[in-house]
Amino acid sequence: MSDQTVSIKTLKIDGRDVSARADETILAVAQQNGIDIPTLCHLDGLTPVGACRLCLVEIAGSNKLLPACVTTVREGMEVFTESEKLNRYRKMILELLFSERNHICAVCVSNGHCDLQDLAVRLGVDFIRYPYLHPVEKVDASHDRFVQDDNRCVLCGRCVRVCGELEGAHTWDFMGRGVQTRVITDLDTPWGESDSCTRCGKCVHVCPTGALIEKGRSVAEMAKRRQFLPYLTLMRQEDQQ
Amino acid sequence: MIDYVHPEVPTQDKRWRLVQAEMRKHGNAHSALIQTLHAVQDAYGYLDPETLERVAANLRLPLSKVWGVATFYQHFRMKPSGKHTCVLCTGTACYIKGAGELQRAVEEYFKVKLGGTTEDGELSFLSARCVGACGLAPVVVVDGEAVGKLTPEALINHLEGVIDADQ
Repeated sequence: MSDQTVSIKTLKIDGRDVSARADETILAVAQQNGIDIPTLCHLDGLTPVGACRLCLVEIAGSNKLLPACVTTVREGMEVFTESEKLNRYRKMILELLFSERNHICAVCVSNGHCDLQDLAVRLGVDFIRYPYLHPVEKVDASHDRFVQDDNRCVLCGRCVRVCGELEGAHTWDFMGRGVQTRVITDLDTPWGESDSCTRCGKCVHVCPTGALIEKGRSVAEMAKRRQFLPYLTLMRQEDQQ
Repeated sequence: MIDYVHPEVPTQDKRWRLVQAEMRKHGNAHSALIQTLHAVQDAYGYLDPETLERVAANLRLPLSKVWGVATFYQHFRMKPSGKHTCVLCTGTACYIKGAGELQRAVEEYFKVKLGGTTEDGELSFLSARCVGACGLAPVVVVDGEAVGKLTPEALINHLEGVIDADQ
């Protein structure tokens, strides 16, 4: 490895002086320094995609809000991870997510173990100003161990990435576009009939909401286990060295 | 490097050879997917799952990726189309000039939903984000030919004419 050749940058996050490798993202540096930026589509061990926009941060000298998960550090950068403006935007993003499909926590298997719910609590979302669309999406229970409920999906793409990048099966992908976008297995084949699915269950456990769940779980019973993710990523890196 | 060859069901279909030629032209590269989908639609008229499976195997792409790309573009059809097609432009100019009324008129008169084909297989009614002929708004493209500045009545008449012409 060529760690020696990577230059070190110094910057400020929330007024604190921090240093980072030039190829690190603002999010990674913030996490190393105990600064917690809200995230949804991001998951350590998966390629960041900047899809959910919840990790938006302000940078001095720029009018644009930038996603911390895909923005690399620069020398002398001044980053702010909390502000009234950021909070307003983050809440708005959450409200839009809540209004787009069906996120009624009280009847959800992931109630109490849901990243979307946790974010709403953390950011103080107590009202959705947009009309709920409540589309009727399909529930696919054709798999013998898992269930896919599109009504709870926020299209973060964690399942798509974990399946392609870590499991290597790439059973999942997005189909369609805009409000009609859905996450599918193979050629929109029922999950249970998918030939490429290895039934490993990684997608289920990285899913932030109750969109991918284990069969037979009732309300609030679906806690996810993600401890394997950083471990798998580390082992892969070790193998390559 | 594992030399994995996806099992392929042999086919006698001549149309498949056209698709194969297109893929070979691009060295069976992943990036040839969209070109290949065009070739499939030109040869078959639409994208059927069986052919998409062949395409995925030949380009060594996941099935879900192929389906994702195919469904992302409105140009690609997943069902056989009717004898004639009418593509309604839903761009801003056409929208303001009454594309909605054209849609309602065709849906009512031909008993077909946007994106579908009439029961007798005569007419497919599709939409496009914008056909780039805003000066002709509201515009439709009937069998590849742009017809603009339409009223609902004029459109129905035109479509009736096109359908009657070959009967």
